[in-house]
Amino acid sequence: MTAMQATTSETDDLIAQHRIEAEGWSRTAREDALARATAMGLPQRRDEYWKYTRPDSLTAAEPVAAALLKSDEAPLFDGMDRLKLVFVDGVFDADASDDLSQEGLEIELLSRAEGDLHWARDLYGTLEARGQKPVERPLAAVNTAFAKEGVLIRVTGKVSRPVNLIYRRNSDSSDVMLHYCVKVEKDAEVTVLENGPAAARLNTVMEVDVADHGHFHHVRAQGRDHERRAATHVFARLGEESFFKSFTVTVNGALTRNECVIELTGDDANAHVAGACVGDGDFHHDDTVFITHDAVNCESRQVFKKVLRNGAVGVFQGKILVKDGAQKTDGYQISQSLLLDEDSQFLAKPELEIYADDVACSHGSTSGAIDEDALFYLRARGVEKHVATDLLTLAFLAEAVEEIAAEELRDAINDRLASWLERHRG
Amino acid sequence: MLSIKGLKVKLEEEDKQILKGVDLEVEAGKVHAIMGPNGSGKSTLSYVLSGKDGYEVTEGSATLEGEDLLDMEPEERAAAGLFLAFQYPVEIPGVGNMTFLRTAVNAQRKARGEEEMSAGDFLKVIRAKAKDLKIDADMLKRPVNMGFSGGEKKRNEILQMAMLEPKMCVLDETDSGLDVDAMKLVAEGVNALRTEGRGFLVITHYQRLLDHIKPDVVHIMADGRIVKTGGPELALEVENNGYAGILSEVA
Repeated sequence: MTAMQATTSETDDLIAQHRIEAEGWSRTAREDALARATAMGLPQRRDEYWKYTRPDSLTAAEPVAAALLKSDEAPLFDGMDRLKLVFVDGVFDADASDDLSQEGLEIELLSRAEGDLHWARDLYGTLEARGQKPVERPLAAVNTAFAKEGVLIRVTGKVSRPVNLIYRRNSDSSDVMLHYCVKVEKDAEVTVLENGPAAARLNTVMEVDVADHGHFHHVRAQGRDHERRAATHVFARLGEESFFKSFTVTVNGALTRNECVIELTGDDANAHVAGACVGDGDFHHDDTVFITHDAVNCESRQVFKKVLRNGAVGVFQGKILVKDGAQKTDGYQISQSLLLDEDSQFLAKPELEIYADDVACSHGSTSGAIDEDALFYLRARGVEKHVATDLLTLAFLAEAVEEIAAEELRDAINDRLASWLERHRG
Repeated sequence: MLSIKGLKVKLEEEDKQILKGVDLEVEAGKVHAIMGPNGSGKSTLSYVLSGKDGYEVTEGSATLEGEDLLDMEPEERAAAGLFLAFQYPVEIPGVGNMTFLRTAVNAQRKARGEEEMSAGDFLKVIRAKAKDLKIDADMLKRPVNMGFSGGEKKRNEILQMAMLEPKMCVLDETDSGLDVDAMKLVAEGVNALRTEGRGFLVITHYQRLLDHIKPDVVHIMADGRIVKTGGPELALEVENNGYAGILSEVA
C-alpha cells in the first residue's frame, strides 16, 4: 500500500466515525471544511510540523481509552463570579450551567443556533480556513466539518463576568469535538476561561475575531487528566488597536498539541500567547504557534515554559511571519524548558520570516536544569531542598504566568502549579 | 561556639587538597578574622562550613555548639544557627526578595520547632531592619539580588543575617567590591549584631574592613593552614608588610 492510500483510508476512517449530515446555517462551511480535510489528508509523521509529535493517536478512528482521574481538589476558578457553561463528555449540561443571557453578550450553543445568526455564519470555519495557509492543520478542518457542539459568542460591550467553559467527563473513551466562535465587536471586551477534563480524546477549535479596539482574554487550564489526548486550535484575527491574550496551563496529559494561529490585520494591534506546562512521565506537550504581522506597529509575544521530568517531552514550534509593509513590528518569542532529570527532552523550532525592513524581532530558546548556585543559596538560608526546588521552578514558570492580566487568575494558576510540584517531588 | 579541628578538604572533581589541617575555635561574643593571600583556602573554608557541593572532607571535624556540622544538609546547618554571608550573592530571577526572606525565616523557625512569623509581624520587623541598612521598599520587592549594585547585594546579605539572627556568622570577603561608604554601612550593620551570644568569623583579604569591624583575634591563613594567630595588631602588620613578610617569618 502506498503512503497516499494509507492517508486516504485513515481520513475516511476518522470521517466515518464522526460524520454528521451537514444542515442548516453551517452547512456550506462544514461541506467546505470536509473538502479541505479530505484534500489535505490527516497529519503524518513525515509532515514538517509533525516531526516531533506522533499524530497517530489523534488521527486514529477510535480514541485510546483514558482512565478517569479522581481528584479531591476544588475545580479551578470555583468561587469566581463567572458565566458557567458545562459540558460533560462534550454534551452541554443545561442544569449545571448558568442562564445564558448576559448583558453585552449574545451567546448560543452550536447545536441550537438558528439561521438568523448572520455573524456566526460569517465566522464559522472562516478563520480556520484562513489558517490553513501556509501550514496545513487538517485536524482543525475535521473539527469544523463535524463538531457537534460548541458555543457562539458575540461580544458587544465590556463583559465583566468571564465566560467559563467547564469540562467534565464520565467516560473513559469519549471522543469529543467542540467548536467555538467568538466575535468581539468594536470596543468590546471579554474573558473566556476553560478548565476541566473534557474527553479521552479532545479536538477543539476556537475562532476569535477581534474588531478594532476590542479586547479578548483567554485563560485555559487543560485539566488534571493523565491519560487524555488533545489537539486544540485557536485561530484569531485582530483589528486595529485590538488586544488578544491567550494563556494555557497544562498539568499532565499523555498528549497535547496546542496550535495557535494569529493574524494581526489592523495597525497597533497586540497579540500575546503564552503557556506553562508541567509534565511527569508519560507526557508529550506540543505548542505550535504561527503569528502573522500584516499591519503596522503591532506587537506580538510568545512565552512558553515547560517543566519536564521522568521522560516527559516538550515541543515548541513557533513562527513569526512579518509581511512586506508590516513596519515597526515588535515580535518576541521565548521558549524554555526546565529539565528536572536527564531523561526528559525538549525540542524547539523557532522560526522568523521577515519581509519588512523596519522591525524588531527576537527569539530565544533554552533548556536547562535547576540552577545549583541558586539552590545552594536558598538552602544556605535554611530553605529545605524540595521547597527551594519548587520555589525556583515556579520562578522559572513565572514569566509565562505573568502574561495573565488578571491577578486573581494568575494566583489561581500559580496555586495549581505549586500543588502539582508538591505532588510530583522527585 | 564554632570548633574546627584538623580539617582537611579536597576538591571532589580533582585530586587537589585545599585545606590541609585547619584548627580554629571561635568563642561566643568574639570576632575572629581570617586573612590570607589569594588561593590560601579562606573561601573554601566558608563553603565547607555551609555545606556547598563539590568538596570532600578527608579528615577532621567542624562543630557548632557541639553539633557536627559536616553531617548536616545546608538547610540544617542554617537552622542550627550558621550563617554565611556570600562573597558573590546569587541573583534569583522570579523569586521576590521579600518572599525569599519570609520563606527562609519561617523554614528555620519550623525546623527549630518554633512558631512561624505572621505576615504582619514579618513586615514590621523587616521594614525596621531594612531602614537601618538603607534598603528601600523597591529592593525588598525586586527579585533576589536582581539588578542590585555590589553594595546593595552586600547590604542585602546583612539584612538576611539580621532577620535570621544566627548564632555564628561567617562573612566571606564582605568588603570586596565595596566603596568606603558602602563598607561603613555594612560594618555598622554587622556591629549592630555583635552580642555576647554570637560568634563572627570575618574572612577578608584586606585589613581595611577590620578598621570598621574590630576583631578580637586575627588568623593568617596560607596554603590551607592557619599559620599565625594574634591580636588586631596582626592585621596592621599585614597592611604594612604584606603577606610575604609574615609568611617568610613563619616558614
